[in-house]
Amino acid sequence: MVTPFGYFLTHLWLVPLFPLTSASLMLLIGRLLPKGAVSFLCVGSVFLSFVHAAGAVFELLAAPPAHRVFQSILFEWVTAGVMPTFGGATSFAADWGYLLDPLSSIMVLVVTGVGFLIHVYSIGYMGREGGYYRFFGYLNLFMFSMLTLVLANNLLLLFVGWEGVGLCSYLLIGFYFLKKSASDAGKKAFIVNRVGDTGFLLGIFFIATTFGTIRFTSQGLGDPRGFPGIFEVLAAMVKQGRLAFGAPVLTTIALLLFVGATGKSAQLPLYVWLPDAMEGPTPVSALIHAATMVTAGVYMVARMNAIYQLSPAAMDVVAVVGALTAVFAATMALAQTDIKKVLAYSTISQLGYMFLALGVGAFAAGIFHLMTHAFFKALLFLGAGSVIHALSGEQDLRKMGGLWNAIPATSRPFLVATLAIAGMPPLAGFFSKDEILGRTIARSAMLDRYLALWIIGVFTAGLTAFYMFRLLNLTFFGLSRIPHEVEHHIHESPKSMTIPLAILALLSIVGGWVALPALWGAESPFEKFLEPVLSGVIPETGAIQFAHHPLIIEFLLMAVSVAVAGFGIWLAYRLYLKFPHLHSKVAASWPRLHKLLNNKYYVDELYDAIFVNRIKDLSTAFALFDTRVIDGLGVDGSASLTRILSQISMWGDKWVVDGMVNFVGKFTQLLSHPVRMFQTGLFSSYAMWILIGLAILLGYYSRHMEVLVRHLR
Amino acid sequence: MMSPAHYLFLSLALFLIGSIGVITRRNVIVVLMSIELILNAVNINLVAFSRIFGDVSGQVFALFIIADAAAEAAVGLGIIIAFFRNRETVLADEMDLLKW
Amino acid sequence: MLASIVFYFFAGMAVASAALMVTRRNAVHSAVLLVTTLLATAGIFLQLRAEFIFIAQIILYVGGIMVLFIFVIMLVRFDVALQHIRFRLQRWVALFVALALGVEITIVLLFARRLPGQGLLIEEPASADKLPPNTEELARSLFSSYLLPFEIVSVLLLVAMVGAVVMAKKRINDQ
Repeated sequence: MVTPFGYFLTHLWLVPLFPLTSASLMLLIGRLLPKGAVSFLCVGSVFLSFVHAAGAVFELLAAPPAHRVFQSILFEWVTAGVMPTFGGATSFAADWGYLLDPLSSIMVLVVTGVGFLIHVYSIGYMGREGGYYRFFGYLNLFMFSMLTLVLANNLLLLFVGWEGVGLCSYLLIGFYFLKKSASDAGKKAFIVNRVGDTGFLLGIFFIATTFGTIRFTSQGLGDPRGFPGIFEVLAAMVKQGRLAFGAPVLTTIALLLFVGATGKSAQLPLYVWLPDAMEGPTPVSALIHAATMVTAGVYMVARMNAIYQLSPAAMDVVAVVGALTAVFAATMALAQTDIKKVLAYSTISQLGYMFLALGVGAFAAGIFHLMTHAFFKALLFLGAGSVIHALSGEQDLRKMGGLWNAIPATSRPFLVATLAIAGMPPLAGFFSKDEILGRTIARSAMLDRYLALWIIGVFTAGLTAFYMFRLLNLTFFGLSRIPHEVEHHIHESPKSMTIPLAILALLSIVGGWVALPALWGAESPFEKFLEPVLSGVIPETGAIQFAHHPLIIEFLLMAVSVAVAGFGIWLAYRLYLKFPHLHSKVAASWPRLHKLLNNKYYVDELYDAIFVNRIKDLSTAFALFDTRVIDGLGVDGSASLTRILSQISMWGDKWVVDGMVNFVGKFTQLLSHPVRMFQTGLFSSYAMWILIGLAILLGYYSRHMEVLVRHLR
Repeated sequence: MMSPAHYLFLSLALFLIGSIGVITRRNVIVVLMSIELILNAVNINLVAFSRIFGDVSGQVFALFIIADAAAEAAVGLGIIIAFFRNRETVLADEMDLLKW
Repeated sequence: MLASIVFYFFAGMAVASAALMVTRRNAVHSAVLLVTTLLATAGIFLQLRAEFIFIAQIILYVGGIMVLFIFVIMLVRFDVALQHIRFRLQRWVALFVALALGVEITIVLLFARRLPGQGLLIEEPASADKLPPNTEELARSLFSSYLLPFEIVSVLLLVAMVGAVVMAKKRINDQ
């Protein structure tokens, strides 16, 4: 048992930490730093991550294939105690740990490598924009989140990274937040993602209750600490017969997880945020929406392949959704006039390819395509950014043309990338796309329904070649349609921008050569590398069965896909270059179709009507409830009530209390009034009263009077 | 010497007339004079009974009353003069400063 | 017989003068009538063999007090015309009350002798001849038994003098 070891592996936690540190620095003191310091810190941290990642992968390769798993747990994060599960009661724990195995090593290299190149590019691209430190801060925060996602050893930590990249996507899409369309796009991205995340979370909960753990595997740990991973529990359950092939609980979990992947990786029906996300700066589009974030969904499904392989229904769903997305997005890309929007739909389409691969069981092919796609799509986006930079901000294809010789350092790599995405040998895209299509048809030999998927895939390849060369022709060839004042300022981009382009072009060329042996029927080293991870739980029975065709059939099928791509390129040449106005005539002859495509099948409008406006109505209703009922009755009502009560009490005070007081006064006055009348101030009346008194007294006290009165009676 | 009753009735009559004068008259000087009349009536009574009982104390008392009447008249008239100086009136019904 | 005539004469004069006094409008007339009344009273005193009181009455009362009164009447000038009577009701009430009083006292006086052991001692007065000389007797009594009241009366007169002077003094620099 030789477990991997080494400095880089034990310090694997540094890989996400470097960008986190620089992001925090940007947050705290970024405002005060000069541009050079910001560039140095942020790009440097990503470079350090790349170096550490490369070193760690190197050390991992030193171990034999069966033991190429390294896990280190930093600390116990959530311990929940005993939890009842599908298989009995277990104690649940989630920790903060990093896992490096073949799958995550591919991912981490792609993320740090392409990420580093894009950081370098950004120095040039964002050099004259405002918010320089904020941009790099967000970008580094994104790197941290993505690396956490990729290196996570359990679903909870993966979800932390998942959410983190969602947040950074929002921040970066809405980077120019003063522009309403940009901030709206950021919100749209986040909210649509959120819809997917609901499914993802439910899937995680299901996994937790079914398996009692959310850690992927317990391999690679020096001391498993008694908590098994999903892989081990699943294997045990299947062996004990508690979970069968195609069990409903597994299908449910797989589908729920796929909902999350749909949101993050922009598949049908949650793809609507990606085209709008082009509002962000071009390096953001390159990094997040081409090379890394959108591939998180693919990575997640590949990571959970053990569950998927046991649920054929879910895999069918994945494959169908992937294929439909691919062709759907490709049709929309045909009619777009913004250079970045074309690339956005192209990304959705290529992601569909990846999910198609995953769905038919060719997990390695899907990851392979992910890697090559990262290279050429990043190159395409950065190249587009370079074009936009040269044309002082122009993004409309109708206002470009004839730039081939004007900006050669941009246009040559761009051509390479376009050829790659079209699937032309011997570039990278050919190998990965061919792998996917080959696997699809191999499966269809076993099950007929996959033939339809293969046909869709080939058709999409043709469409891809067509619209990509449309893009190329409109941008770089033909007569210049550039407005006069812009034409004067055409300049090549600085070295910081063109050197990454060159490097990515190189990678687009050679990146696919790891699968060269597959051409002549042997197993590709790539697939072999990934086999321990992607082989699933039961290599013998429930795993995917691929037919093995004779070599000649393989070559035939390869030729078919190349021919289709070539036809697409030729068509684009005819419509856009040879007869420059032919395409508008074609568009005019099918006006309704053109309009439909141009407006992206009115999907956004549909969503608005069904979901967005209904939610807005609900919010309005709640707001109304708040103002009328709570504010009205509660606050205002209680205020009015208090006022009424105080009025009553005032009335009481005025009439009752004061009334009593006044009554006392008035009564006294009433009583005293007659008495007061005595005080005339005139002594004569006083004298009179004395006399009267005397008479009365005398009459009363005189016995004689008494006697007389008695006598008289 | 008549019977005491005569003197008593005379004294009574003078007393009542004096009282009426006090109450009725508007001129305060005349009121003062009516008071003198009352005092006089009392004097008659005193002297009469002093004669009846043969005791001279009655006459002594009457003498004191006369002296007292003099003092009282002097002060009273002084007051009237002071009042007249301020108010320009000697009419009783205009002297109502202590009115309610 | 002579005694009763003298008595009735003086008594009638006194009562008549008094009655007239309280009804005259002219203050001077009232003063003069009061003098007459006082003189009549003096006559009564004389009949009662109180010679000293008789003289004292005339000298002090008439000669002093009434002169004072007349001085003041002269000093205080007022319009005789303003003399319309205001105490209308009061007059009749006073009259009635006086009448009532008179009746009461009369009854008391008249019926007193009917009650044994109570009432007034209506006796026959002592004979005139057995009386000591009035003035001597008075003086003897005044300066022995009633010395203190005598002195007090002198103080009283002093006080009255001072008071009268203060009262009637004209005030200069007075608010």
